[in-house]
Amino acid sequence: MPDPTPSASSARPEAIRISDLHKSFGSLEVLKGVSLTARQGDVVAIIGGSGSGKSTMLRCINFLETPKSGEIVIGGETVEMRADGSPANRKQIERIRTRLAMVFQQFNLWTHRTLLENVIEVPVHVLKMPRDQAVARAHELLARVGLGDKADAFPAFLSGGQQQRAAIARALAVDPSVMLFDEPTSALDPELVGEVLTVIRDLAAEGRTMLLVTHEMKFAREVADHVVYLFEGRIEEQGPPAEVFGNPKSERLKQFLRSVA
Amino acid sequence: MTNVLELLGLAESAELLALSPPGWGGNLLRGLLNSLQIAFGAFGMGLIIGLFGAYGKLYGGPVLRDLLAIYTTVIRAVPELVLILILYYVGTDLINKAATAMGYDRVEISGIVAGIWVLGIVQGAYATEVLRGAIKAVPPGQIEAARAYGMPAFMTMRRVTIPAMMSFATPGLANLWLIATKDTALLAIVGFAELTLETRQAASSTRAYFTFFLAAGALYLLVTLFSGLIFGWIERWARRGQPSLKGGQP
Repeated sequence: MPDPTPSASSARPEAIRISDLHKSFGSLEVLKGVSLTARQGDVVAIIGGSGSGKSTMLRCINFLETPKSGEIVIGGETVEMRADGSPANRKQIERIRTRLAMVFQQFNLWTHRTLLENVIEVPVHVLKMPRDQAVARAHELLARVGLGDKADAFPAFLSGGQQQRAAIARALAVDPSVMLFDEPTSALDPELVGEVLTVIRDLAAEGRTMLLVTHEMKFAREVADHVVYLFEGRIEEQGPPAEVFGNPKSERLKQFLRSVA
Repeated sequence: MTNVLELLGLAESAELLALSPPGWGGNLLRGLLNSLQIAFGAFGMGLIIGLFGAYGKLYGGPVLRDLLAIYTTVIRAVPELVLILILYYVGTDLINKAATAMGYDRVEISGIVAGIWVLGIVQGAYATEVLRGAIKAVPPGQIEAARAYGMPAFMTMRRVTIPAMMSFATPGLANLWLIATKDTALLAIVGFAELTLETRQAASSTRAYFTFFLAAGALYLLVTLFSGLIFGWIERWARRGQPSLKGGQP
């Protein structure tokens, strides 16, 4: 089996390693043994048809879904799992989750809080950062995603693109070691996709480690160091974007790329 | 003022309602105060029972869920008057039996405490359902986001679930509060000196039934109007961040 990591980066330390991950919903096996390694600074794009298990894989990494079996290592720390795959150490999971910031398809901002309150919520209450420090940082981050003037607005009064950018600011506020993007543009109107992709592109350029589940093939080709194609719960093909998109080997991947083109 | 009252033939009523004896107004107000104390206590106790009940029904194990289902079904099935009679007499009897069994003297149970307990248990059953519905109405993604960022369960409840459900729960809770204020009248049957019992005593002593029951009605109405103001304010606060439904445009 070829080394699943991008070869040029193998000197950098591992950020995430998943080994032989299995997950079932009832009798339906969604992940049938997935292994993946991302090193610090990697941008890994995960593509695949609907039901291929790509979102489930991402959600298993921070245990929003409980895997059935397998091993997950985050920044060198192995997540303690019971025999049935459930997390054995609640404190460890909570600690690890604060290092893995997730950006959701439906944004999932807290609607009863302003953008500023959304961004400082986790730093202040979970990470116990002094409030004024968190507020100053939140203003910086909101300005950075182009929402500097919306700090006191409530999410429901903003467009989907603005909400998703605010959600990215919330993710950055915990200074994550890995960012998990779960189809961040799938719920957006077409004309709003660009503004969110611009923000993600900037983050990739500054060397953030990210796992990105996406339907935006052009974008994946442009920003990813490594592309993983999932088919029915297995990694069907993976490699550098030029290879995966330019010279796909698997018949299924070829078909998939034709269907989304 | 006096002339106007005389003109309307209400001078006698005004005298009867005077705050100091021989007027009965003071008694009515004392009754109102007792009623409000019980309503407040029962509503608060109902909220606490309701929060535990709702969480238990949503996330508890099968045994807890069954027990809570029995609690809410039975309490909501039986007329409140009957429940008050049962809980009041059975409750005090049980406590006294327990007290004598443990070698203490029979205890006199204060009307206020008994009233709060009895109505609180009734309120708790309804509040369980109100809060369960409200928690279920919170978009699951918001709770998931809290988990994904490492919030422990209790902090998620305190910082995300409860504030987010408030806007869904407030109308139902406002109803419960108003029901609580009026259910206190049922405690008259066990001889507790709340507003309705005080009114009845005043009325039967003076034969001025109309005057006193009208006055009591006005007091209940005042409580309702004032509560409406408070709950309106709470609801506006709870709905902060949500577009007005009138505007139509989110």
